[in-house]
Amino acid sequence: MKTILLVFTELLLLWAGITGSVVPAPSQSNCVKCHFDNEEENGPAHQIGRDIHQQSGLGCPDCHGGNSALDDMDAVRASSGYRGVPDRLEIPVFCSRCHSDARYMHEHNPSLSVDQLEKYQTSVHGMRLAQKKDRKVATCVSCHTAHSIGSAKLPYSSTYPPNLPITCGHCHADKAYMAEYGIPTDQLEKYTRSVHGIALLERGDLGAPACNDCHGNHGAAPPGIASLDAVCGLCHAIESRLFDGSPHRPAFVAQGLPMCETCHGNHEIAKPSDSLIGLAEGQLCATCHAADDQSKASADILKVSAGLRSLSIATDSAAHMLRMAGAKGMMITDEEFMLKEVGQIRVQARSTVHAFAADSLTPKVEEGITKAEDVRKRAVKLIEEYDFRRFGLGIASIFITLLALGLYLKIRRLV
Amino acid sequence: MQGPDPRKKQSLPQRLYRWADTRFSIGDLVDYMSHKTVPIHGHSIFYYLGGLTLFLFLIQVGTGILLLMYYRPGADSAYESVRFIVSEVSFGWLIRSLHSWSANLMIFVAFLHMFTVFFTQAYRKPREMTWFTGMALLGLGMAFGFSGYLLPWNELSFFATRVGTGMVHALPFVGDYLMQVLRGGDEVTGATIGRFFGLHVAILPAVFTLVIAVHLLFVQRQGMSEPIDWEGKPQGEKKTIKFFPNFLYRDLLLWLLALNVLALLAVFFPDGIGVVHWPLGQKADPFTPPPPVIRPEWYFMFAFQALKFLPAHLLFIEGELFGIIFFGLGGLIWLMIPFLDKNSNLNRRSPVFMWFGVLVVAFIVVMTILGYLLE
Amino acid sequence: MERIVSRRTFLDRFIAVIGVAFAASVLYPIVKYLIPPKSGEAAASQVKLPFGRAELEADPRKSRTFRFGRQLGIIVLTSSGELKAVSAVCTHLDCTVQYRPDMSLLWCACHNGKYDLNGKNVSGPPPRPLERFAVNEVGSDIFVSKETA
Repeated sequence: MKTILLVFTELLLLWAGITGSVVPAPSQSNCVKCHFDNEEENGPAHQIGRDIHQQSGLGCPDCHGGNSALDDMDAVRASSGYRGVPDRLEIPVFCSRCHSDARYMHEHNPSLSVDQLEKYQTSVHGMRLAQKKDRKVATCVSCHTAHSIGSAKLPYSSTYPPNLPITCGHCHADKAYMAEYGIPTDQLEKYTRSVHGIALLERGDLGAPACNDCHGNHGAAPPGIASLDAVCGLCHAIESRLFDGSPHRPAFVAQGLPMCETCHGNHEIAKPSDSLIGLAEGQLCATCHAADDQSKASADILKVSAGLRSLSIATDSAAHMLRMAGAKGMMITDEEFMLKEVGQIRVQARSTVHAFAADSLTPKVEEGITKAEDVRKRAVKLIEEYDFRRFGLGIASIFITLLALGLYLKIRRLV
Repeated sequence: MQGPDPRKKQSLPQRLYRWADTRFSIGDLVDYMSHKTVPIHGHSIFYYLGGLTLFLFLIQVGTGILLLMYYRPGADSAYESVRFIVSEVSFGWLIRSLHSWSANLMIFVAFLHMFTVFFTQAYRKPREMTWFTGMALLGLGMAFGFSGYLLPWNELSFFATRVGTGMVHALPFVGDYLMQVLRGGDEVTGATIGRFFGLHVAILPAVFTLVIAVHLLFVQRQGMSEPIDWEGKPQGEKKTIKFFPNFLYRDLLLWLLALNVLALLAVFFPDGIGVVHWPLGQKADPFTPPPPVIRPEWYFMFAFQALKFLPAHLLFIEGELFGIIFFGLGGLIWLMIPFLDKNSNLNRRSPVFMWFGVLVVAFIVVMTILGYLLE
Repeated sequence: MERIVSRRTFLDRFIAVIGVAFAASVLYPIVKYLIPPKSGEAAASQVKLPFGRAELEADPRKSRTFRFGRQLGIIVLTSSGELKAVSAVCTHLDCTVQYRPDMSLLWCACHNGKYDLNGKNVSGPPPRPLERFAVNEVGSDIFVSKETA
């Protein structure tokens, strides 16, 4: 009897051990097992391994309800607490059952905020969902996915910044889908071409903004016209501060112009160039300022434009001279270092443009020109040194040749 | 001793000679030297190669001493001091460039000198010791080159030295120990600079000076080797010129022209030319990955390439070890030529050894060319 | 006695004169080489700053940039009187950072990046911390060197 009991227990343990090692996860419920075998490749059960809820120890019933021990779908549906798949219009409330519950979230992730639903309800998506019962707008699962939700810090997540533009673009770049809303669908394409897009998507610079950095994520809405420079100013702090103190701010507010966007665009922000500043046709300032109105503004514009141009010329001239010296084989590391400083001053000068006053710009321009001139002079000296070396060699060679000649004649004599 | 004729005004050289003679009795020596002659024949031009090597060595000593004024050994200062010399010190670029060019030319001319001596069988009796000391000088010269190459502590030299010193590892028993002694540790570090510097500016110059003094003494004592087919010629038919001053003036003329060539190279190609290149480049950083092409200096390239061709194992011997044995034996045979070439001692030609020499030259030339082509 | 300037003597004199000129053209670079250049010693991986603590105290920004080999560094006099030095090259897009005494932070004006005084990137786009340097004060001189691990 004892032996039978022993053998039985051992077999039981063995069975548990074997099944335990074959089955992927201890919390592997009947739900996942059954759905895995009966669904397509990218179905929920296939994705759930990556999901943050699953990794936190939550299972299917925690969202969908029901009894996961049962293996018959009808029984599951009949079991108490079964919620099933929520209707599209119900999704935000469905998720916020936990995500707006501060006490519940505290037990799982104390640092996660619980205001997503509140923000969503202020967004264009949220308002259309609630008021117009629009089934096409984005809900939680549109951006986060339903079963492979990942932190935005993880590269496979749909909310990882380099992936985010595509996530938003699923709807916003689809012309047919967006036809009835009357808003453009070229934002993704424009953004991809922009400075920010190239930085984020091609260089992987996570410091560059994705859609949510300017539009918000849960409270997604275009930034207000008057608050645009504050949004841009989160990164472009100096330009924003200078702009706020400049005559342009009150003028733009008065005319309802969208601050930074007026000159720089919104999605297709390109690398600005000095040639944008001026009163000639095609230059930005000419959009509002007339060339011949004799105002202080026009005078300042021309001064700024001239200042930037002279700085550019001085820098380019220095760089060209230095390149020549380097091509001749002279050592130019010190001068390259100095030229980098000139580059920094150029960046600062261009930032100062946003004060829209020539007096702010002039000292920086002068500093830059002085330093660039210094580099250019040093490069010229290097080239002169190069020429001197050849000249010196020529002189020495003449002496050597004459001496050799003398020696040769002497040798001829002796023989 | 009769005094000089007071009516004749003495020239400066004559006055100097009298000053030295009354103190050191140099009369015998001067008399001996004034009778020294140099054979003139179709291959006489080769006689200049030894002196040319000496001249280039003297340039090395001069420029080396000048570089010592500013060079500072050590991982933290070597590179910076060389950069300082080349960019800030007046004519520093010139001194450094002369030093690098002269080093390479010296080795090249030394090889030429060795091969012309070989093919004229000048190593035969009584000049066996001159051959041995000469081979020692070649070895010392290459050691000079190898140790000096590391001193700028740039990427180029760091990785080349790492590969070069790593090769002794293949020697059985002493390999690891020898590598540690060479490197001053397990890896090539600032400690290696210290050793190589001591070698390059103190040990090697001292030994080299001694050996070259002996080598020159032999040459002066025995005179230039006559061509083998002068064997049996009557003395009257042997064409010669006096060493002092005729040959010496010719020597000086050649040295003057060589100086001009050096100066031209230093000004127009300060960083070398083609594959013989030594731009200062970046400072050595043991943590960066090695550049795609690591090459030794050109005079080691033939050995480097030959070793590359060897498979990992030959019979039961490790490939690298086999290579070391091969070159060791080859070097030994080459060294012992005066004793192996019995014919030469009887003043007869030795076609077998001449062909052996051709083979050696061909091997070196082909391996060197392949070394650069196959990079 | 007739003084005939023989060709032989002329040749000897010619050689002597040219020889002197040649010697001069060899000695000239050597002599110039031996005269030390104004910039003094070669900069190693330790740098003596061209200013001292007093200048930093007098500076309203309480900080100065300095050249360290090929890099630019910045040294800061903290409110507690400590000297801290880090690389001044922002790890985002290579702009030069500045010290903000009001925030006790290093700030990059280009995109509002912020670093603490140990160089750690704490806000904004910079992806990596700034490299730290070791600071040693000897008398009134300040020496900055690479920090050994």
